[in-house]
Amino acid sequence: MNNILNEIGIENYIFLSILLFCIGVFGVLYRRNAIIVFMSIEIMLNAVNLLFVAFSTYHQDAKGQVFVFFSMAVAAAEVAVGLALLVSVFRNIGSVDISNLKNLKG
Amino acid sequence: MAPILIIFYVLAAITLSTAFLTIYSRNPIHSAIYLVICMVSIMGHYLLFNAQFLALVQLIVYSGAIMVLFLFTIMLMNLNNEDEVHKPRITRLGAITVLVLLSTILIVLFKNSKPFFGDYAPIDGDFQSIKKLGAVLLDDKNGFMVPFEFASVLLLVAMIGAVLLSKKEKTGK
Repeated sequence: MNNILNEIGIENYIFLSILLFCIGVFGVLYRRNAIIVFMSIEIMLNAVNLLFVAFSTYHQDAKGQVFVFFSMAVAAAEVAVGLALLVSVFRNIGSVDISNLKNLKG
Repeated sequence: MAPILIIFYVLAAITLSTAFLTIYSRNPIHSAIYLVICMVSIMGHYLLFNAQFLALVQLIVYSGAIMVLFLFTIMLMNLNNEDEVHKPRITRLGAITVLVLLSTILIVLFKNSKPFFGDYAPIDGDFQSIKKLGAVLLDDKNGFMVPFEFASVLLLVAMIGAVLLSKKEKTGK
């Protein structure tokens, strides 16, 4: 199990991460529901984390995994604050459709 | 084909398809469920790398805590009706164009990047068990003590911020 990248190849993981990241970008652009936009951001974060772990194994260095650990902590904080913001927006406007959030438009 | 390669392809197919279904499905509850499956399949990838600690953290934090938060928010807002109107057609076409172009460009970009990150030279021995990872994280000299403490402060601030933001405003003033 130790030399898994000989069997699979780092390229496959790079392509998987790229496709996952692009799906996340697509979700941000495609949907109007702000919660789904948040989920897309989570997908993008996970794609990058996956590539971090792949390269950590590639270079046999555990520091990449430590970085992923911190990135997960930041993601958890971001989701907590973001969802609180969404709840507050929903209370004030009555929907989480991002097309309705144009009050700051000049 | 090696069995590990088959496992990888199955996991990758599950990851990509559930990620796409997260975005595609109309009902936010279904989206959240698909996202749980996506996170669990990414945990499978971590296990494939033998990164046990991150696999556990992924399961606990992402498919546990974050998804419960998402589901609670969706139920709080009572959004599980499928009445969302789509964006205008031109925006959707633009999104699909961005998907195709971005993935093509990134794949072509990384396809030729092999010389830049060197060859894979596996060494025998353990470098990523929970014991080793803890030693790297909390080492005295080269460790990550200070970022670790700052992460705890960040989580505390996020918790206070979430409570303050979602508190009901006092009315009648």
